[in-house]
Amino acid sequence: MSLIKEVDYGTPAKNSEKTVTLTIDGKDVTVPEGTSVMRASMEAGIQVPKLCATDMVDAFGSCRLCLVEVEGRNGTPASCTTPASDGMVVRTQTDRLKKIRKGVMELYISDHPLDCLTCAANGDCELQDMAGAVGLRDVRYGYEGGNHVQVRQNGEENPRYMAKDETNPYFTYDPSKCIVCSRCVRACEEVQGTFALTIEGRGFESRVSPGMHENFMDSECVSCGACVQACPTATLQEKSVIEIGQPEHSVVTTCAYCGVGCSFKAEMRGEELVRMVPYKDGKANRGHSCVKGRFAYGYANHKDRILNPMIRESVDEPWQEVSWEEALRFTADKFKGIQAKYGKGALGGITSSRCTNEETFLVQKLIRAGFGNNNVDTCARVCHSPTGYGLKTTFGTSAGTQDFDSVEHTDVVILIGANPTDGHPVFASRLKKRLRQGAKLIVIDPRRIDLVRSPHIEAVAHLPLRPGTNVAVLTSLAHVIVTEGLFDEAFVRERCDWDEFQDWAAFVSDPKHSPEAIADMIGVDAETMRKAARSFATGGNGAIYYGLGVTEHSQGSTTVMAIANLAMATGNIGRPGVGVNPLRGQNNVQGSCDMGSFPHELPGYRHIQDSATRDIFEDIWGVKLDDEPGLRIPNMLDAAVDGTFKGIYIQGEDILQSDPDTKHVAAGLAAMECVVVHDLFLNETANYAHVFLPGSTFLEKDGTFTNAERRINRVRKVMTPMNGFADWEVTQNLARAMGLDWNYTHPSQVMAEIAATTPSFANVSYDLLEREGSVQWPCNAKAPTGTPVMHMDGFVRGKGKFVVTEYVATDERTGPRFPLLLTTGRILSQYNVGAQTRRTENSAWHKEDLLEIHPHDAEQRGIREGDWIRLASRSGETSLRATITDRVAPGVVYTTFHHPGTQANVITTDYTDWATNCPEYKVTAVQVSSSNGPTEWQVEYDRQAEQSRRIKPRVDAAE
Amino acid sequence: MAPDKLVYMANQIATFFKSQPDNEGVKGVANHISDFWEPRMRKQLFDMIAKGNGDFHPLVLKAAPMIRKVKETA
Repeated sequence: MSLIKEVDYGTPAKNSEKTVTLTIDGKDVTVPEGTSVMRASMEAGIQVPKLCATDMVDAFGSCRLCLVEVEGRNGTPASCTTPASDGMVVRTQTDRLKKIRKGVMELYISDHPLDCLTCAANGDCELQDMAGAVGLRDVRYGYEGGNHVQVRQNGEENPRYMAKDETNPYFTYDPSKCIVCSRCVRACEEVQGTFALTIEGRGFESRVSPGMHENFMDSECVSCGACVQACPTATLQEKSVIEIGQPEHSVVTTCAYCGVGCSFKAEMRGEELVRMVPYKDGKANRGHSCVKGRFAYGYANHKDRILNPMIRESVDEPWQEVSWEEALRFTADKFKGIQAKYGKGALGGITSSRCTNEETFLVQKLIRAGFGNNNVDTCARVCHSPTGYGLKTTFGTSAGTQDFDSVEHTDVVILIGANPTDGHPVFASRLKKRLRQGAKLIVIDPRRIDLVRSPHIEAVAHLPLRPGTNVAVLTSLAHVIVTEGLFDEAFVRERCDWDEFQDWAAFVSDPKHSPEAIADMIGVDAETMRKAARSFATGGNGAIYYGLGVTEHSQGSTTVMAIANLAMATGNIGRPGVGVNPLRGQNNVQGSCDMGSFPHELPGYRHIQDSATRDIFEDIWGVKLDDEPGLRIPNMLDAAVDGTFKGIYIQGEDILQSDPDTKHVAAGLAAMECVVVHDLFLNETANYAHVFLPGSTFLEKDGTFTNAERRINRVRKVMTPMNGFADWEVTQNLARAMGLDWNYTHPSQVMAEIAATTPSFANVSYDLLEREGSVQWPCNAKAPTGTPVMHMDGFVRGKGKFVVTEYVATDERTGPRFPLLLTTGRILSQYNVGAQTRRTENSAWHKEDLLEIHPHDAEQRGIREGDWIRLASRSGETSLRATITDRVAPGVVYTTFHHPGTQANVITTDYTDWATNCPEYKVTAVQVSSSNGPTEWQVEYDRQAEQSRRIKPRVDAAE
Repeated sequence: MAPDKLVYMANQIATFFKSQPDNEGVKGVANHISDFWEPRMRKQLFDMIAKGNGDFHPLVLKAAPMIRKVKETA
């Protein structure tokens, strides 16, 4: 193994079809038109010295090191800003160039500290490399004159010196080492799109400045780390590198946070992770990352990790540490006892969207083949199950239609119920890049999210709809498109069922669906609605991106179908730049659904009642499968309360914190006789568990994750599991304890079983992934290296199906007791229930959940910024601090759910999506009032949690 | 499950399929419940309908005979 060093071509690739051929140092090289001479040289294997150029940002031409001579042209142009042209003859090394370069380097070094041996970038410093490349041997200017290096000079304070900024928890900014190449500033603008950095001052006074001469932590910086990656010196440096030193080998793997699924190089020294650097060839992220993926991995060796298995007879007892054998025997005995006493259907399990495809496949196999029922579900139940239902009904597959590269060809975007800058930051950066190039954006969200207006981005329309009215809004947009004749008749006639389209068109055309008729109900004026509809229908390639603000409603599935209708009616399916794109929440939520985690479906979305599919699995597994759909998570909890469901194996999910109506979840768990939690930490659900099986992190195992674009990415082990076993091994050992004869020795064998049983994965293997880097399913004989864009030559189901989407108001309504609507979401620095990110320095940005409330609503209630408030709904009440902002409309309040102390789900109701039972998290009628602090429930909950987390150390029997 | 909740869920499904054209409604409700409801839930539904309990949407009652039967288990 060695350190993967990607080639830096100096300037970004051009994808012009026309090519030009030039001669560089006597070599002929052919490149796409528009390619820089610098890049062309690198293609020819010649590295022109450079400092301000790097291929993650556009050429800038400031360092004057990459000069070249071009035959027939005067002077010495910068190769980074000079486009290659046909017949050009370039020389990269002449006496004149050598002299100029040495002179330039001499000036740089005359104002740079000479502490190379003790510098954190030692071994990874481009300035040092270039000094070597140009043969710098002497600095004639000395170090006595004006400089930014010395704290004191000539016995006096040096006014130009600036101390190191160490405010960011993950990296430092040392102005004394800055060469003002602007790479960080440009990375922040071009790659991340935040514009937090600038160059302040002029000439010799020029310095990089976060915001208006602020420190990094107080500036707009979102800590994505693109600047650190771009920096050629130690000016911006990871604290981990300062502490540990340079890495010696690296392994490409996949981030375990959101559904973007970024590829990273895990840069290692031995088994110690030095840093995560986004991988340039990663097809989802193209070399970019966010604060979570790049920096927030500290949870992996946090002291809270549980490394020994634990059991207890009753949840009032403290935990008893035991051996793996004992824990597994205890579990198997309990499970078998439960089935003997209460019947086969009394057991079930939950697969994890945080675990690998292989692990998920094994958990559902354990349940179907071992428990003998289909009581398996996954956390997609509470997020994207309506996506599965809605897209399967309309298009024929339960997945998004595009790859992320598609956004580079998009002209107009509808973004509904998603907040990518916080939830899917790397996709947000890619979207912002496209918007800066001129694409239009329509935001449909009750909150004024950052993308509505932020530096160099402005949505053409923001529809701040009332929570719960998605279907009405989308149907009304369709009304405008159909009644104004803006639909794509040719597409619909060719690709869709024309009769169904006509039924649908007649339905949406009803005047009761016009923007004017519903304006008061949805809270958006008709003109904005019409403008948005016209922009989308006539603006070129139209793409719809959406998140949980669409699915987590009582009409979640209907909304997904309304989105699909809109895409079909405007002909925006089946080519790059268009499509329906669900932004998946978790790293492997797509994969866990693909792997048969739903109680009615075997892997590959095939219904359990389909006997041909059951035959395939029965043959390989050697058991008879139950042909009845199993219980979904909320159904399991209901059955537990009824006394017919008694035992559960939960891998990597914290249902007590993440599922709605906490009291009901707690009651369900409390009614079970054996709750097995398999996780990294004693999560909230473990308060009600009888067995705790320690889990492993994504750094400690091999496998695959499938991201929101159906991309199957490798996860590679870089360190030994601290708990002793990868999660797939734990599941296998549990299966064996239950009497199943499983003998996998590597996850690649599980993938082989998936490929052998699941047509859409038929061609997937670890060998293929090694060769291709990643593939997007379907990947089979018809598409041997996968399918970036789906439904290219017709829909998977045949004809696209238009579905009538009648708006049905949720029964969760405001009234005199609960006059406000609560909606929930994520923040950039924290992730989901926070089990991981709360155990990293990311908490520096978000220590607690806050309730966003409009100034008008706050004033009515006498609430000031930072006050403790009581938040009550029909389900329960909790308390947290308020922050006053007009990002939310009057009548709407908003909070995140990253901290268990907040107990946001005590408030949410048990209303669910009609088709899938996906909870209605996004609409809860609440009242907000002043409070002195935590509620009685919170105090009691904390007491119970503390009581439940006591651990008795393991006592080994005396020899 | 709480009887009210079961009725509520069934009626939600009926409300959606009622809006579909061409009398897809009855078949839609029956298929949906057959495809997604675990036998315990279907049994509770059949029992409630047989006893005349629960304020079911007419479409649910019409669909009931077409919903997949529950196998008797030992």
